[in-house]
Amino acid sequence: MLFYSYFKTLVGKEVTVELKNDLAITGTLHSVDQYLNIKLNSIRVVNEQKYPHMLSVRNCFVRGSVVRYVQLPPGSVDVELLHDATRREARGG
Amino acid sequence: MAEEDNTVREPLDLIRLSLDEKVYVKLKGERELRGKLHAYDQHLNIILGDVEETVTTVEIDEETFEEIIKTNKRMVPYLFVRGDGVILVSPPLRS
Repeated sequence: MLFYSYFKTLVGKEVTVELKNDLAITGTLHSVDQYLNIKLNSIRVVNEQKYPHMLSVRNCFVRGSVVRYVQLPPGSVDVELLHDATRREARGG
Repeated sequence: MAEEDNTVREPLDLIRLSLDEKVYVKLKGERELRGKLHAYDQHLNIILGDVEETVTTVEIDEETFEEIIKTNKRMVPYLFVRGDGVILVSPPLRS
């Protein structure tokens, strides 16, 4: 639940999601669920020349399993909070 | 209890002891990451800080059939990595 809770704190922030097919999408995080499925609003594709087929898409749902990376906005990463939450999770699991 | 905290009883303990340390992560698709470990869970979902990603690609020269190995590097301030791509996590090398 650690990352589900963490991503909920990022709702409304701009993130870049990199998929396993190398497509990278920047957008405003609208919501996230327990599978780390992600809904993004007002998206744009990072490399539009290479992936022009997404130009008309404004909002999208991304299945959690196809995500490779999520680039996080530096201002919303509280390192100490993450350490504490990780240690709690390690004890509990 | 403090003593118990530093013993490695199960594999994930090794990663717990690497929190806030620079780690090496090998991923599927010839990808490697080096960065500071800030969070992980039992799936090996990970958050790294000051990450250097290295992607290695091998191309074959059409005329000589020699393998040309290319590495692309980039830096990312904070990166969430989904656990299903992780092959191994190695603690920092101490000199």
